[in-house]
Amino acid sequence: MTLALATNEHLANLSNTLIYSAMAVYTLAFFAYIAEWLFGSRSKVGRTASALTADAPRKAEAPAVAVKQAGGTAVLERPKVVTRAAAGARDVPDGPGAHGGDEKGDLYGRIAVSLTVLSFLIELGGVVARAASVQRAPWGNMYEFNITFSTVAVGVYLGLLALKKNVRWIGLFLITTVLLDLGLAVTVLYTASDQLVPALHSYWLYIHVSTAIFCGAVLYVGAVSTLAYLFKDSYENKLAGGGKPGRFATSVMERLPASASLDKFAYRVNAAVFPLWTFTIIAGAIWAGDAWGRYWGWDPKETWAFITWVAYACYLHARSTAGWKGRKAAYIALVAFGCYLFNYYGVNLFVGGMHSYAGV
Amino acid sequence: MSDTRSDVHSETTDTTIDGTDAGLGEAGSQLSTAPVETAMPGSFGGSRAPGAKGWISWTAREVIGWARWFWRQLTSMRVALLLLFLLSLGAIPGSLIPQTGSNAMQVQAFMDAHKVLGPLYDKLGLFHVYSSVWFSAIYILLFVSLIGCIVPRAGQFVGQLRSRPPAAPKRLNRLPAYATWRTDADPEQVREAALKALGRRRFRAHVVKDAVAAEKGFLREAGNLVFHIALVVMLVAFAWGQLFKSEGNKLVVEGDGFSNTLTQYDDFKSGNLFTDDDLVPFSFSLNKFTGTYERNGPNKGTPRTYKADLTYSEGAYGKEKKTTVKVNQPLHIGKSKVYLVNHGYAPTVTVRDGKGKVVFHDAVPLLPLDSNVTSQGAIQVRDGYRNAQGRQEQLGFGAIFVPTFAGEGKGSMFSQFPALDNPVLALNAYHGDLGVNAGVPSNVYQLNTKNLKQFKDTDGSILKARLVPGETMKLPGGYGSITFDKEIKQWAGFQVVQQPGSGWALGGSVAAIFGLAGSLFIQRRRVWVRATTGADGVTVVEMAGLGRNESTKLPVELGDLAALIHDRAPTKTDDPDADPDREPDAVPHVPAAEGAQTK
Ligand code: HEM
Repeated sequence: MTLALATNEHLANLSNTLIYSAMAVYTLAFFAYIAEWLFGSRSKVGRTASALTADAPRKAEAPAVAVKQAGGTAVLERPKVVTRAAAGARDVPDGPGAHGGDEKGDLYGRIAVSLTVLSFLIELGGVVARAASVQRAPWGNMYEFNITFSTVAVGVYLGLLALKKNVRWIGLFLITTVLLDLGLAVTVLYTASDQLVPALHSYWLYIHVSTAIFCGAVLYVGAVSTLAYLFKDSYENKLAGGGKPGRFATSVMERLPASASLDKFAYRVNAAVFPLWTFTIIAGAIWAGDAWGRYWGWDPKETWAFITWVAYACYLHARSTAGWKGRKAAYIALVAFGCYLFNYYGVNLFVGGMHSYAGV
Repeated sequence: MSDTRSDVHSETTDTTIDGTDAGLGEAGSQLSTAPVETAMPGSFGGSRAPGAKGWISWTAREVIGWARWFWRQLTSMRVALLLLFLLSLGAIPGSLIPQTGSNAMQVQAFMDAHKVLGPLYDKLGLFHVYSSVWFSAIYILLFVSLIGCIVPRAGQFVGQLRSRPPAAPKRLNRLPAYATWRTDADPEQVREAALKALGRRRFRAHVVKDAVAAEKGFLREAGNLVFHIALVVMLVAFAWGQLFKSEGNKLVVEGDGFSNTLTQYDDFKSGNLFTDDDLVPFSFSLNKFTGTYERNGPNKGTPRTYKADLTYSEGAYGKEKKTTVKVNQPLHIGKSKVYLVNHGYAPTVTVRDGKGKVVFHDAVPLLPLDSNVTSQGAIQVRDGYRNAQGRQEQLGFGAIFVPTFAGEGKGSMFSQFPALDNPVLALNAYHGDLGVNAGVPSNVYQLNTKNLKQFKDTDGSILKARLVPGETMKLPGGYGSITFDKEIKQWAGFQVVQQPGSGWALGGSVAAIFGLAGSLFIQRRRVWVRATTGADGVTVVEMAGLGRNESTKLPVELGDLAALIHDRAPTKTDDPDADPDREPDAVPHVPAAEGAQTK
């Protein structure tokens, strides 16, 4: 018994050390991302403006031709597919990313991503050590929830990078939030490692909370893209209307993907997790049915999960309602993510209810 | 038409795919079943013929017109959106203001603290938001809207399943994904190959004039309809459950039993349509309750395990079975679920009269007051007792019990730990009339001291004692004694819940998830393949794809299909137009949609 206790304490200390180390490396990554953006500002790109002011007919007519010949023998390749933005959409090309095509910037960007991978692994180690020290899943209180959440968020980001999605530009924003999240975790929210009360013992809990965390991480990426979309869209609107945005705005915006791409990416991300979020709520209801004798009781946490769900349903509806696409739908998406955040921080800290009995 | 920038903007303000583009024709029609927003005037005005008949027909026209207008509004996407928005907004106050359903005491405290706001909130139903008139109004409207939306969409969808994809638009190169090449194969062969390739990819394809028209992804609409229907199923199941549910509590001491009839419950609540016959017949007895607690660390005293070992039998004369009920693991018997909700201690006491005859010997359940299970209750000896004078009387004892006593001289009777480490029972004693025979239900955990006389010590002070197991407190004047026996039992509180319709709710939610996945992950799209003989006698193949939403997968899929058809109708190799050096000019500038270009 005492021996087990000692190892647990040892693991808990190890976890703390790893979390602090991860924070240190994240900080390095943060500076590397900053360097990427700074060096990127040296290059002058004006793709958006040129695309918006170029002659429109250029993009429309000519059919593509499809065969390449190598030497004398004809090598038949598949016909080439030409894409064209849907009628009405702007044909703005995506920006090159934070480095803005600058070689040094790109180098720092790569360093930043490598550091992110490293700190992700360290933080993951910290989360696993914590789980081992308490011999359960690492989400019994807000401290553990925070460290797990940031790990998963970074994991989602790296996963999207690995899938070759155009998301490297999110890095700086993400690492900033991760540092804030971890800072909050180790100062305000820190809770010594401990086990769960019996009501929290259930495999439905594991399913429910792990999907909730994963959904949150993905929704976070969606929300950042939505935010970027709103800025980029304003920028493009200004350009299209003949306005001249400031130098800083131009420098940043030119490096982001086109507003249409951002919007599409945000939609895809949000839509992709929506069924999982639905499942999360249902898993929670099943767990509540087993633990409390009713599957739905309008407990504040349940209520806010429901509100979040309805808000995202609103967003998806808005996307297919005339007059609500684009910016209005984007605002709804941001409100919906706000609901998710409130459900986590707001309800735990200010409202209470049955869910808060695991200690803050 | 001129294809200038402003033109592009104005031709499609909101509807990407409404076929208004002259070049697209019908291509994009019926690609979904989303309701089309049509302006409908409310009043139709119209002429009103003179006389009563004219008035009647005018009024009827107006009423029907308005009713239809109202219905159209209610079932439009715009209003559905508004109602969804209201629903989420309306749910907020219930999470911030205490609710009678979950915490009536907090509501009372709020009412006491806010003399102005309290009554106002009460009037607005803010203490029971989720059953308030206005909240119900929102979701009932939403679900009327939902049904009003599902029915026509289902009809439309069946129609779409029966119909065939529309003919190819005139200018395929205006569609979001496009490919073309010239071949020696004749148009007939190309169309043949296209039909085959599309068929193998499970497109529904047919030939219209010089082109093959194909469509795929109907599961999207099906999934969407399933999802919305599942929402209705879930709501009905939820309402059904509320109307027919029942919920009762019962405290059972180790060794005692319970059978599921109304009279056995300590308290019982049920929905409006519940009848007593709905109770599932079963019985169980509690063999043993086990609780363990954290012994160290900051969370010392928090429970680690709670479990109750039961023997139960289903039906009136069912076979006996053994089982364990834990906090997260209720016992399912038919439609009923038996939950373990709380626990406490039931010290066993023996009461003797003046002659030493045992008049009471039982485990008495006491109610916990705090998390360390400091417990309080009453021991009542109702009959069989005769006092020192030989008269029939009743005895009552006020009891406070702590499973872990701090130690002699250390403070008051508050338990230090929830487990039975150092149990102590504190008693005082009364005799007289317990007031329990009047036929009115009485609280067994509290003494009604109205007609009771408290025992006094020889020195005149109130008689009381702290007993450890095995000790006895003597009642003065030959009134007998009470012994705190060594055996301390535990009791467990059970909640028996019957909520019909939860199976439907679960089924509905599973259907909702699958429907949603279908609706969000499947792309409804159309592909056209046109093969015509050009002016120089060479066959020109043109392919184009159109999806409900812009998708990166669409161009990839079109490329795959083009490759398949291209195998059967390869590019004319000595074609001067196919000069690779000219390619960059020939390909119009395109945005680098990810994955669009095949590598
Ligand atoms: C309880 C309320 C409702 C919820 C939670 C809800 C939820 C959703 C969700 C999540 C989607 C996204 C699926 C997708 O984009 O394909 C959707 C699509 C849709 N909903 Fe609802 N809905 C509700 C009520 C309604 C009502 C009342 C209508 C009728 C006006 C409606 C009509 C539609 C249509 C037409 C689509 C498909 C849009 C498209 O094809 O893109 N919904 N709904």
